[in-house]
Amino acid sequence: MHAVIPYVIAALLFALGGYGVLRRRNAILVLMAVELMLNAVNLILVAADSTIKSALTGVQPEAWAYPVPEPRAGAIFALFVIVLAAAEVGVGLAIVLQYYRLRRDVVLDEVMLDEHDQENARVTE
Amino acid sequence: MTVADALMLALGAVAVGSAAHVVTSTHLVRAGFSLVVSLGAIAGLYLVLGAELVAWVQILVYVGAVVVLLLFAVMLTRAPIGPAKDLDRPAAPAVLIGGGIGLGLTVLLIDAFRWTEYELPPPGTGRRVGEQIFGAWVLPFEVLSILLLAALVGAIVLSRPDIGARPDPNAVAVPPGPPPGPVGESDEVVARLARIAARQAAAQQRVREQSAVVEGELVEGDLVEDAPVPEPTREDQLKDQARDVVFRAREAGPTLGARPETEERGPRIVESTVGRDQPALPPAPAEDS
Repeated sequence: MHAVIPYVIAALLFALGGYGVLRRRNAILVLMAVELMLNAVNLILVAADSTIKSALTGVQPEAWAYPVPEPRAGAIFALFVIVLAAAEVGVGLAIVLQYYRLRRDVVLDEVMLDEHDQENARVTE
Repeated sequence: MTVADALMLALGAVAVGSAAHVVTSTHLVRAGFSLVVSLGAIAGLYLVLGAELVAWVQILVYVGAVVVLLLFAVMLTRAPIGPAKDLDRPAAPAVLIGGGIGLGLTVLLIDAFRWTEYELPPPGTGRRVGEQIFGAWVLPFEVLSILLLAALVGAIVLSRPDIGARPDPNAVAVPPGPPPGPVGESDEVVARLARIAARQAAAQQRVREQSAVVEGELVEGDLVEDAPVPEPTREDQLKDQARDVVFRAREAGPTLGARPETEERGPRIVESTVGRDQPALPPAPAEDS
């Protein structure tokens, strides 16, 4: 198996995700692009697990770097990243829905980040 | 070029192509379904790379849960179903940065790996992954479960407006007074309830007066008993039947606290307009040649 193929696929997916995050205005589409980036990282982890670590047979294992001698740690990290992504999308969608409930819109360009401070300033004046 | 290479190239083409559709489509819902295709292709890549458990978890969590959540959010925010023109902002910086990331990473990785071949390791089984998670990685696992709990609580708190809401500083302070009504209803509802009660009292009063008048007539005239019983009209019969139906049904039905009948009635026969001996469908008309 040529190791370049999954790595290049992951690089392209990450680039597409970054492009989507910068290009899209709709918050849900931005979340989709973030999912693509997270999946690219997962693919890198799994591919490195299958290629590099399986080739490291002659290297003296160091205890801090290889807590487990078997080449499956990348897959476990990928599982952890999947769980993190699930938590992220849950909280992110809760924020998006709450914002939609307040403003009837999910366009990220028009989010007023300093609006609350202005309201507070007007109240205190 | 081995079988694994060909499989990875094909799955990678599917993944990258549908990912490009995700970030360029003008339909929100189509972008979501392209995301499903892309994540499924990535799960296939995991399978080829020998991470079987990760592949199935990817399908379960991403395709099964995350994309469904995203589509729910699309639905709840009343996103446009058709093509929408205002989904994108100007392309120049995004193309610049995205292209730079892609080009840089691709060149870096190609330069790092050239055309080196690696032997694929034997596919990992769930047993080995489980041993490692609950052996070497048990502390990160527990921390991650706490993080999931925190994310769950955070999502609930965020999506309920009545938790943690600060009082509005502009609101006029309402002096504590008597509650607005017996059941906490508004004045309008209370007035309507009072009107209804008054109307009912008036109707009861009217009925009592009528019955008093009838009893007085009965007492006055003794010839009432000899009067011929009027023929029951159709309306009266219908009323009687309705009363029968109502009260007999009450009597025949199970009362509260009584034991249900334990009599075995055999397989339930579904009543139908067609008798049991008759064919369910009328016989087909004889064919005329």
